[in-house]
Amino acid sequence: MINENNINELHHGLAVEVSRFSEGWRIFKKNKLALWGLIIFAVFFMVAVSGLFLTTGDNPVLDPSKVRLSEKLLKPFTTVDMEMIKPGDQPLFGTYLLGTDDLGRDIFARMMQGAWVSLTVGFVAVGISVLIGIIMGGIAGYYGMYRIKLIHVLFLIAFFCSMVFLASGQRGLAVNSALLSLLFAVISVIYNYFSLKVNRGPAILNILFFDTFTVDTLIMRFVDVMLCFPSFFLILTIVAILPASIYNIMIVIGLTSWMGTTRFVRAEFLSLREQDFVSAAKVMGIPDLSIIFRHMIPNAAAPVLVSAAIGVADAILTEAGLSFLGFGVPPPHATWGNVLSDGKRFLFDAPWLTYIPGLSILVVVLSFNLFGEGLRDALNPKLRKR
Amino acid sequence: MLSFTIRSFFQKLVTLFFISIISFLVVYLAPGKPSQIDPLNPKFTPQDLVRFQKEFNLDKPLHIQYYLYYKNLFTGQLKSWKDNQPVMGKVYERFLNSLWLFIVGTVITWCLSFPIGISAAIRRGSVFDRSTTFLSYVLISVPGFFFAYILIIFVVKTFDVPVIGMQTFGMSNAENIYQIMDRVWHLVLPSILGALGGIALLSRYVRAQMLEVIHQDYIRTARAKGLSTDMVYYKHGFRNALLPFVTMFGLILPGVIGGSVITESIFAWPGMGRMGYEAILARDYPIILTLNFIVAVLVLIGTFISDLLYMVVDPRIRL
Amino acid sequence: MDVIMKHKSENEEPILKIKDLKVYFDTDDGVVKSVDGVDLQIMKGKTLGLVGESGCGKSVSCLAIPGLVPSPPGRIAGGEIIYKGRNLLDLPEKEMEVIRGNDISMIFQEPMTSLNPLFTIGDQIKETIMLHQKKGKAEAHELTLQMLGKVGIPSPAVRINDYPHQMSGGMKQRVMIAMALSCTPEILIADEPTTALDVTIQAQILDLMQSLQDEFGMSILLVTHDLGVVANIATDVAIMYASRIVEYGKVEDIFGNPRHPYTLGLFTSIPVIGKRKENLYVIPGSVPNPLAFPAGCKFWPRCLFAQEICKVNEPLLEEVKEGHKAACHFKTSIDKYVWNEKTETSSFLI
Repeated sequence: MINENNINELHHGLAVEVSRFSEGWRIFKKNKLALWGLIIFAVFFMVAVSGLFLTTGDNPVLDPSKVRLSEKLLKPFTTVDMEMIKPGDQPLFGTYLLGTDDLGRDIFARMMQGAWVSLTVGFVAVGISVLIGIIMGGIAGYYGMYRIKLIHVLFLIAFFCSMVFLASGQRGLAVNSALLSLLFAVISVIYNYFSLKVNRGPAILNILFFDTFTVDTLIMRFVDVMLCFPSFFLILTIVAILPASIYNIMIVIGLTSWMGTTRFVRAEFLSLREQDFVSAAKVMGIPDLSIIFRHMIPNAAAPVLVSAAIGVADAILTEAGLSFLGFGVPPPHATWGNVLSDGKRFLFDAPWLTYIPGLSILVVVLSFNLFGEGLRDALNPKLRKR
Repeated sequence: MLSFTIRSFFQKLVTLFFISIISFLVVYLAPGKPSQIDPLNPKFTPQDLVRFQKEFNLDKPLHIQYYLYYKNLFTGQLKSWKDNQPVMGKVYERFLNSLWLFIVGTVITWCLSFPIGISAAIRRGSVFDRSTTFLSYVLISVPGFFFAYILIIFVVKTFDVPVIGMQTFGMSNAENIYQIMDRVWHLVLPSILGALGGIALLSRYVRAQMLEVIHQDYIRTARAKGLSTDMVYYKHGFRNALLPFVTMFGLILPGVIGGSVITESIFAWPGMGRMGYEAILARDYPIILTLNFIVAVLVLIGTFISDLLYMVVDPRIRL
Repeated sequence: MDVIMKHKSENEEPILKIKDLKVYFDTDDGVVKSVDGVDLQIMKGKTLGLVGESGCGKSVSCLAIPGLVPSPPGRIAGGEIIYKGRNLLDLPEKEMEVIRGNDISMIFQEPMTSLNPLFTIGDQIKETIMLHQKKGKAEAHELTLQMLGKVGIPSPAVRINDYPHQMSGGMKQRVMIAMALSCTPEILIADEPTTALDVTIQAQILDLMQSLQDEFGMSILLVTHDLGVVANIATDVAIMYASRIVEYGKVEDIFGNPRHPYTLGLFTSIPVIGKRKENLYVIPGSVPNPLAFPAGCKFWPRCLFAQEICKVNEPLLEEVKEGHKAACHFKTSIDKYVWNEKTETSSFLI
C-alpha cells in the first residue's frame, strides 16, 4: 500500500525541483564580481535619477551651468569663497565636492547631470537595438524559410526608391516609383485572387511569381552588410551630419547596434521552433503570434538580456567617445564625456577634471559588463555544469 | 571547393553593392546639405554655390549622383571638396600611416591574447585566471581616451619623452638610426593603446573557447592514451580552439579606421581615422564615403579569406 | 562442487585490485560522494561487468583507475588501486602517463565525440603507438593498418586517412577499440561502449571485444546498465547502487541466486520474451540524490524488505558464500521465491 507517507518516503533524499529563476539567482549570487556589478548599477541608477531632479528646474539645487569665473579650476573639497561670488551662487553645502572646471562650474553638479544622460543614452539606445533585433531575428528565425516572390522584391525596391527620392526632395521620381510599387502591389493582389478562383493565374504573370531568395537570406545578408561598416566611424558620421541632439545620438547608436541581438534571437528561434513544446502548440492550433510571444520570446530572453546589459555598457562608452570628439550632447548640457573632453586641456594642471569623469565611466561600464557576464553564466545551463 | 569560392565571391560582390548604396544614402540623405558648408562665409556667394553644385554633380538626380560618384571613385577621378585633391592619393598616404599602427597593434594583440587566454582556461579558477579576467573587464570598460590620457601622464612624467605625433619635431636632420628609433618610440604608445582593448576581448574569447574544448570527450580520449598534459592541451585542444578565430580574421579589419579615430586624434597620428575625423568636421563627403567604402571592402576581403582558410583548417568542411 | 570452485578461484589471480575507493566531487551544493568505498577485483584475462543505474558512480569508478577523474571538482578521497604491486593513486603524473594507453586503456560511451575531429583516425592511432612503443612512423603505420583490419574495418589502407566525421558510429567505436588495443594493454576499461549504438551494431561490437580478448588475453572492465550484455560476455559481475557495490560474484551466482533486493529488482524489471505479465515490475522511487543519501542502507526507501534495522545500520559487503558477496542485512533470508511473492502482491502499486 502506498499512501501519502510512503510517497514522501519514496521522495526522501531525491533531488528537489528548483525553478529556473531561483536556480539562476543562486548561481548569480555566488559570482561576487557580478553581484558588485548589480550593486553599482543600482547605486548609479539612483544617482542618475536624483541627478535628474536636482539639476533641472528654474532654480535647481545643483546648478551644473552656473559660471563663476573667480572660482575656476578649484581642487575637490574646496570651500567656496563667499566674498568673490554673488549670494545664491554657492554650490550645495558651500563646498565644491569634486572641484570646478575652467569656467568655475561645479563638477559635482555636472557629473550628477551627466549621470542621467549616460543612463538614458544607454537604455534608450539598447531599447531600440533590442527591439529591432528581436523583430528581425524573430522573423528570420520563425518565418525564415519562406521564399520571397520576384514581384515582392520588385515592390520592395520600388517602394524603397520612392522613399529615398522623397527624402532627397525629388518629387517627380518619388511619385513615379510610388506608382510603380502600387502597380506591383495591385498585380500581386489580382494574381492571388485569380489563383484562388481558377487555381492558376494568367500564364504571362507566372514569371513575376518566381521564387527568389528566402526571408532569412534577406535579413541575414542585411546583417552582414551592416557588420561591414566601421561602427564607430559610421555613428560619428551620422551624428556629425545630423543636428546635435541627445535623441539623435540614442537613435543612431540604436540603429547601428542591433545586429548582435538579431543573430542571437534568430539562432534561439531556430532551435526553439524545432522543440516539442512549440510543435505541440502548433498542433493544438495556437496562432503563430501567440506561439511567438507566449512560448518563444520568454525562452529566447536569456541571451537577449545578456547582450542588452553589455550593449548598455557599449552605448555609454560610445556616447562618451562622441562627446569627447565634440559631437555629443550640445553644451551647456553636461555629460561625462564632455566634462572629460573640456578637462583635457588642463590634464597636468587640473587632473581631477580627467580622473573624475574617466573613473566614473569606467566604474559604471565595468558594472554593466560584470553584471552581463554574471547573467550569462547564471542563465546558461550549459556553462553551469562546469 | 571551386564552386564554393566562386559562390562566396559573388555573394561578397552583392553585399558590396548594397554597402555602396547604404553608405551613399547615409551621407547624401542627411539633412545637412553639403552646399551649406559654411553659410557664414562671406566669400561663399550664391553663384559659388551653383558652380560648386555643378562641379560636384550635386544638381543631378540622386541615382545619377550615385553612378557618377562610384564611376569617379573607380577611375580615380574623385576629388576632395575641401582642396580638390584626388581622394585616392590622399587616402593611400594616410592608409600607409595607419597600417603601421594597425599591424603593430594586431601583432601585439594576437601574440598576447592566446597565451593569456589558454593559461587562464587551463588553470581555471586560479589566481592568474581570476586576475586576468578582472583585468580584461577593466580594459574592456575603460574609455579609450581616458586611458590614453593616463598613459600619456604616466609616460611623460616618468620618461619625460614626447609621445604625440609620428615623430619628434626637428628630427629630420638627425642620423637615420635616431630617426628610426624616434619613429618606433612614437609608435609604441598608440599601438599598445589600440592593442589593450583587443587583448582583453580576444583573451576572453580564447579562454571561453579553450574551456569549451577541454571539456570535450576527445580531450579525455587523448588523456586516456597517455599523452602528456601539454600534448593534450596544445596538440589536441589548441587546434580545435583555434578554429573560430579563423573567422575573426575578417572582423578585425574595421579596426583600421573605426577603433583608431579616437586614438589617432589624441596622438595626432596622421592616419585614416584622423583623416575621417577631419573630413567629418569639414563635411568632405567624398572622403567620408570613400573611407566607409574602403573599410567595407577590406572587411569583405577579410571574410573571404577566412572562408577559404576555414576550409583548409577544418576537414569537416569540404564543399 | 565446492571443491572445484575453490580450486578454480585459486587459479585466478586478480590483475587489478580496488580497495575502499572514494571519489568525491566538490560542488556548489556540497560534497557529492560519487564513489564511496568501492572494493573490486579484476581477474586476469576475465571480464568484470559493472552494472548500475545512471548516476550510481560506475563511470567515475572507471575514470579513477587511469586517474582521469576531472579535477577540480573531483578528487580521490581515499582508497587504493593496486596494479602490479603499485598503488596507481600514489603514482606521479609522469608514471601514470606511461601506464595509460599502454597497460590500461579505455573506450568511452560516445564514439561520436571521443575522436578528435581535426585529425585522421590513422594519425590518432599512430600517435598512441609511437608514444608508447617507441616505433617509427612507417612501423606505426603498418601496425595501425593491422589493428584496423583486426577490428573489422573494411579496406583499412583507405580508411586510415579518413576523418572521424566520415565514419559511422559503429565504425568510430571500432576505431576507438583499435586505438585502445594498439599497445596490447593488460586491462581494457569499456565505459558503456555500446549504449550510443544501434542494437545490431551493439552485438557486433561486443562480439568483437570478446574475440579480441581471446586473441590478446587482456582483462576487461565492462561498465553497463544492460544486464543482457553482462550475461553474454562477463565472467564476474558487480552491482553498484548509490556509490557502493551492493553485490559481487560470479556471473552464474548473480544471475542464478541474487542476494540483494536491488539485484532482484533489476532482474524482475526485465521483460521476458514469451512470459505474459500484466504489469512489468518497476523498482519504486528513483536513485537517491547523492547530496542527501538516506541514513542506514541507501536502498531502504525503495526496498520491499526494509525493516527498522535497515534505516539505521548500513550493511557491509559480506560473503554469502565463497566468492559471492552482498550488502544486505537479510542476504541469507531473501531469495527469488520470497521476492516473487512480494512483487506479486505489490504489483498493483505501479
